[in-house]
Amino acid sequence: MVGHHHGGSPVSDGPTWADLGRAARAPGHPVVALAGNPNTGKSTLFNALTGLRQHTGNWPGKTVLLAQGVARHRGKSYTIVDLPGTYSLFASSVEESVASDFLCLARPDVTVVVADATCLERNLNLALQVIEVTDKVAVCLNLVDEARRKGCECDATMLEAELGVPVVATVATKGRGLGRLMDTVAGLNSGTITTRPKRVVYDPDVEEALAGIEPLVTRKLPPGAATRWLAVRALCGDMGALELVGDMSALELVDGTGGAVRKVTEGFGLGPAPSWPAARSTTSTAGGKSS
Amino acid sequence: MNPPQSPVTVADRVVASLYRRAESIAAKVIAPRSPAQDLTPVIDRLLTSRLTGFPIMLLTLGAVLWVTVVGANYPSQVLGRLLFDLQGWLSGAMTAAGAPAWLHGVLVSGVYRTLAWVVSVMLPPMAIFFPCFTLLEDLGYLPRVAFNLDAAFKWAGACGKQSLTMSMGFGCNAAGVIACRIIDSPRERLIAILTNNFVICNGRFPTLIALSTVFVSQVVQTTIGAGAAAALVVVGIVLTGIVMTFGVSWLLSRTLLRGVPSFYTLELPPFRWPQVGRVLIRSVIDRTVFVLLRAVAVAAPAGALVWVLGNTVIEGHSVIAHLAGWLGPLGRLMGLDGFVLVAFILGLPANEIVLPILVMSYLGSGMMVEMDSLESLGILLAAHGWSWATALSYMLFSLLHWPCATTLLTVWKETRSSRWTFAAAAIPTAVAVIVCTFVAGLVRLTGNA
Amino acid sequence: MARTNEAERKGIGPLALLAPGEAGLVVGLSAGGLVRRRLLDLGFVPGTVLRAVRRSPLGDPTAYSVRGAVIALRAADANNILVRRAPESTGATAAAPDD
Repeated sequence: MVGHHHGGSPVSDGPTWADLGRAARAPGHPVVALAGNPNTGKSTLFNALTGLRQHTGNWPGKTVLLAQGVARHRGKSYTIVDLPGTYSLFASSVEESVASDFLCLARPDVTVVVADATCLERNLNLALQVIEVTDKVAVCLNLVDEARRKGCECDATMLEAELGVPVVATVATKGRGLGRLMDTVAGLNSGTITTRPKRVVYDPDVEEALAGIEPLVTRKLPPGAATRWLAVRALCGDMGALELVGDMSALELVDGTGGAVRKVTEGFGLGPAPSWPAARSTTSTAGGKSS
Repeated sequence: MNPPQSPVTVADRVVASLYRRAESIAAKVIAPRSPAQDLTPVIDRLLTSRLTGFPIMLLTLGAVLWVTVVGANYPSQVLGRLLFDLQGWLSGAMTAAGAPAWLHGVLVSGVYRTLAWVVSVMLPPMAIFFPCFTLLEDLGYLPRVAFNLDAAFKWAGACGKQSLTMSMGFGCNAAGVIACRIIDSPRERLIAILTNNFVICNGRFPTLIALSTVFVSQVVQTTIGAGAAAALVVVGIVLTGIVMTFGVSWLLSRTLLRGVPSFYTLELPPFRWPQVGRVLIRSVIDRTVFVLLRAVAVAAPAGALVWVLGNTVIEGHSVIAHLAGWLGPLGRLMGLDGFVLVAFILGLPANEIVLPILVMSYLGSGMMVEMDSLESLGILLAAHGWSWATALSYMLFSLLHWPCATTLLTVWKETRSSRWTFAAAAIPTAVAVIVCTFVAGLVRLTGNA
Repeated sequence: MARTNEAERKGIGPLALLAPGEAGLVVGLSAGGLVRRRLLDLGFVPGTVLRAVRRSPLGDPTAYSVRGAVIALRAADANNILVRRAPESTGATAAAPDD
């Protein structure tokens, strides 16, 4: 139908997380999600790994649908899912909702954060959010050649130590480092590589509020869901994080947690989060349904 | 005037914590060396400045189209001759095998001839245009175009990302409509969906290029001059489509889809030199072959149908001639004829086959021409009373008319609304009828053609 | 009104006031809800140093260099970001806002 996405099988008709999970899982194939900012060469990496002829232009937001393909590595097949390029996992745009919901709820077996070595700080912001969501994560430090040309050398080993997760330097356009990346993915999947993500510690009162909310979120979600990150999103006033529960008496949950959030935030002198009313009206966007 | 600063929220503090940590890590792991020269700001200054921004956009569009027009001419002729030689051979083989006349008619005059047309007229321009476009896309030029044009989208009450969905539309309107998902506001997404059709898709490009080449070459003689003039005509048509997009978007935001533009950001990524070889291969495989196969799949049955309609005679005239007769007055009002409208209606499945259907129905009405080159197309059209004004009306109607069936189906899938799908067909059609009637009237008034 | 005057005295104003080439320090966001959320995600966090890079030929939007990326904002949206003009700053560094 479309010249752009026939390489992978696009998941169509409104990205609800249940659909995404179902579509991605094929028996015996671990699911590997590629997350990253726009313009990090994520789609190039996807093409290089899967060998699919999928066109990637150099403009933001091009991966509207999830493209998926199969990568073979040392006799094993992996389903690779190319998530939309996003700056964060806070679900404030369609792309972010898709990426965040996939990571939090469809739970890929391994997640690779593709980071642009020329613009590390901005990319680390997303990487830090992803390691909030999952332990089975590696960072693919892409475009290292371009970074070198632009005069910044990035120490992958030190970055690995700082994040507590494997970091692999790559040049996806030239296929450099992809073997090592897939070795790392395989190790994370089989458990031979374990990570100790060094998560961000928020301000003490925020951490305390999170501790209060997380159990509320946990109760309503399938086992294994990224409850801490969903709690962070809820605390930040993102109703979409709670709407995802769908059929399971979402309203009750919203009320319950909403009340809890308000209580803790007021209790710590932050005042009521001013984003509540606006967030409520944005849930239709976050849900990804077109009118 | 300054809006009061909102109080710091939990979200602010969470994000600040994340960025603080990102900063501290980045500061540790990056060893700053002497900054090498980065060409991006220099190129950007050229591509987005007040003085050179728009001229470069127009020149780029013109250059791509000129290369396509001039480059496609020769291979098109060679392909055409080859395929029509093959037709003679096929004909001979079928006659030798004792095939009945109707079977020969359906298969050779119907299916094969339409296919040969589609391939020889469409393949060369696509094989040149798509790689050019893909190179610009991979280079990162499209966000700069979006940056330059954004104020116009704001004026129209639309989202700036619409220029990106329009760019997708250059490839395929159905792809453009799907791309509209990147627009968060449902109102602005609908505007982008309903107007995507005003971007000439690759199904229509080859037809425009063929017609402008044919009719411009009657006026301008040298190859290079004619090529440039033909490219200029196509640029004009493309720009008309873009102006229509703004106009209709503006109208929609003040009528059916009232509202103001919502928050919007656009990243200008660094320029990256595209992998030229891979771009060529990918654009040929992904776009050219894909679009061609789709056209072929639709053209084969359409060719058979048109042959049958053209050869089923009721009361002395073929079915097509009857249909064309009924639609004649409306067609002539728009500077066209009944056959053209029949071709557009039968071509609903795919825009690629409209011109082949027209050629088939003109041929079916008695005229027998060796259809192996653009020149013979010119002769055939002239024999049916075409002038440059007819060609202009045809190109405008092709630019503005209803989207193809695939695109309409996609609109329905994206909006889940038969009302908006109907609007996606009705709005362009109304615009096409109005513009063509106006232009034809103008031509008649000035006594030209 | 007193508030505005005080802000002007301190060189604080909406982002759209920065001319191309000028740098500024983000001191706050005036938007709420989703817009605030999006701005934060893009890196317009209080304490961030940014620079207006170029303006569209039609006068709007303006592209800003923020945390290593170049992001264009329409003037109406850029006014949600309050900055203090910082004539000599370059690049994005961490600096705590003092209010």
